[in-house]
Amino acid sequence: MLSSSAVDQNTNAGVREVTLGQAIREALAEEMRRDPRVFIMGEDVAEAGTAFKVLSGLVEEFGTSRVIDTPISEAGITGLGVGGAMTGMRPIVDIMFGDFIGLAMDQIVNQAAKVHYMSGGKLKVPLVVRTTMGATRRTAAQHSQSLQAWVSHVPGLKVVLPSTPYDAKGLLKTAIRDDNPVIFFEDKMMYQLKGLVPDADYTIPFGVADIKRPGLDVTIVATSSMVQIALAAAELLEKLNISVEIVDPRTTFPLDKDTLIASAKKTSRAIVMDEGYERYGVTAELAAVIAEGAFYYLDAPVKRLGAMDVPVPFSPVLEDLTVPTAASVVEVAKTLCGRV
Amino acid sequence: MSQTESPKTLDAGKDVEQAQWLKMYEQMLTIRHFEEHVNQLYMTARMPGLAHLYSGEEAIAVGVCSALRRDDYITSTHRGHGHCLAKGAAVDRMFAELLGKEAGYCKGKGGSMHIADQDTGNLGANAIVGGGAGIATGAAMSIKMRGSDQVAVCFFGDGALGQGVLYEVMNMAALWKFPIVYVCENNLYNEYTHYTETTAGNLSERATAFGVPCETVDGQDIRAVYDAAQRLVARARRGEGPAFMLCDTYRYYGHHVGDIQRAYYRSKEEEEHWKAQRDPIKLLANWLVEQGIADDETFERIEQKVRAEVEAGEQFALNAPFPNPDEVEQDVYA
Repeated sequence: MLSSSAVDQNTNAGVREVTLGQAIREALAEEMRRDPRVFIMGEDVAEAGTAFKVLSGLVEEFGTSRVIDTPISEAGITGLGVGGAMTGMRPIVDIMFGDFIGLAMDQIVNQAAKVHYMSGGKLKVPLVVRTTMGATRRTAAQHSQSLQAWVSHVPGLKVVLPSTPYDAKGLLKTAIRDDNPVIFFEDKMMYQLKGLVPDADYTIPFGVADIKRPGLDVTIVATSSMVQIALAAAELLEKLNISVEIVDPRTTFPLDKDTLIASAKKTSRAIVMDEGYERYGVTAELAAVIAEGAFYYLDAPVKRLGAMDVPVPFSPVLEDLTVPTAASVVEVAKTLCGRV
Repeated sequence: MSQTESPKTLDAGKDVEQAQWLKMYEQMLTIRHFEEHVNQLYMTARMPGLAHLYSGEEAIAVGVCSALRRDDYITSTHRGHGHCLAKGAAVDRMFAELLGKEAGYCKGKGGSMHIADQDTGNLGANAIVGGGAGIATGAAMSIKMRGSDQVAVCFFGDGALGQGVLYEVMNMAALWKFPIVYVCENNLYNEYTHYTETTAGNLSERATAFGVPCETVDGQDIRAVYDAAQRLVARARRGEGPAFMLCDTYRYYGHHVGDIQRAYYRSKEEEEHWKAQRDPIKLLANWLVEQGIADDETFERIEQKVRAEVEAGEQFALNAPFPNPDEVEQDVYA
């Protein structure tokens, strides 16, 4: 069931190509086999395998007592997750669309995030909230937002934004094993993205950025969906003799400030990308980190690229204008490098 | 009103030893004295912040928690001192928490509205109205998943009936037969507003709509509270699912210690009526005398003991050190 559809085209022993969705499913299944306290609850997570089919097959292996279909009650199920986590379980709550975390926000922000501190360190909340982000699916303003800035703002939460199947699997395992509430954002448009993952068990520590592409002239710090956009832009820029270094923080908290700053110092130019709204967004924080840490090394102000500050429109012609593209990144990079 | 399967045919005190009634009396009196000292600490500006006093409602916390084991869970509210003490918290560390001292239950980081004590199954008081609903129901879910025979109790006030999350989790508790008892303390006021101005329809039908049996209980009569709690907790422990206790009660002080001009929302006569006619400690005392379980000498002895404990606890907390400044960044993450 697990990797039945995984394409094992790889010649390297112990490595397989899987989609990001499969990587998520494998991480969940392996952690549920490893730890009987781990369970999944959410809307249509069992037989339906979620609206995105990411969990398909899990209920057949683990049964409905561990893959639990719930009512459409985001606040309630997140609250159950908090209470379950405080009393010996390790719940994974599935919030189908990231937009719906608004319904669960009190449970996440006022309960999960604060229980450990308010109790003087006595109570723990080993909870994972898996949810989605990302536009360009033509699902309009209430199913397309990337709201990671909201939860990145709150002390007590950890926030994960994987951009590859390898990162998704390793980071999700870390999230499940972490004793804190972790909000895990999956880009809906990347579920079919393929990449290599090892057969063996592995985890990726939080707070360690990954250099997705080394380069010399300009640093692009990009999260989740924006990593692919940055990689496409880097290919185009290489033809213009602009060498791009792409740094993926992978977690907005804990944040690997050192790697971001070191890269910006090396290239002396930085673009920061995240699919959340640009205004008061993740890009603002990352830009501030670089500006503070690498100010005297920079040849130009740090440039932010986020989603346009409008509710995501339905019409494809309009929606496509709201998110950064490889072409828009190229233009910004050329400007930063004085190549216009 | 009772919709549980077992009718109230038993004498409430039948199975209870005399010593246990005296213990409950002592616990109620401890809460009463504790709250009076808290009020004095506030009035004399020796306590930071504020507090929401439980005086008048003691029979509910003590009656319900007397039906629980130490390893059963509770969640409490902003008006939570009574629940914490009834579940087994010590007076000295309670005072210390209220004063923001290192020796407090939460190292001074929680304060009056956030006392949690996992050693007594207290998953925390909660300053969001209805905030304990998800946690308590999640704890009940965890109990069931772990195959334990614990029970969870969720305390909340009439104000929480306005919160949607309560209905979301009650629906799931009923659907999946979680071992939980929802205890609504209807003290008549959502802060400064009579509940009838905010709450439509029949209160108990909020539970029965989900198939959750509801018992309406005189919250000033600890024997009635204890009787109902014993039956509903035992029912939950047997795996027969959630229940709802609707307890009619009254809050002697204002919404919080600073709420002293209350005439615009309730009359002095109403307050005096409850204190004179419906006081839970007096009602139990009268019954103890009638039954020949206690006399003036007994009450005097208990009073002295409680006074000494509360005064010593308060002194301990006043003399205790504040947290070290480097504590401020500790415990954000586990």
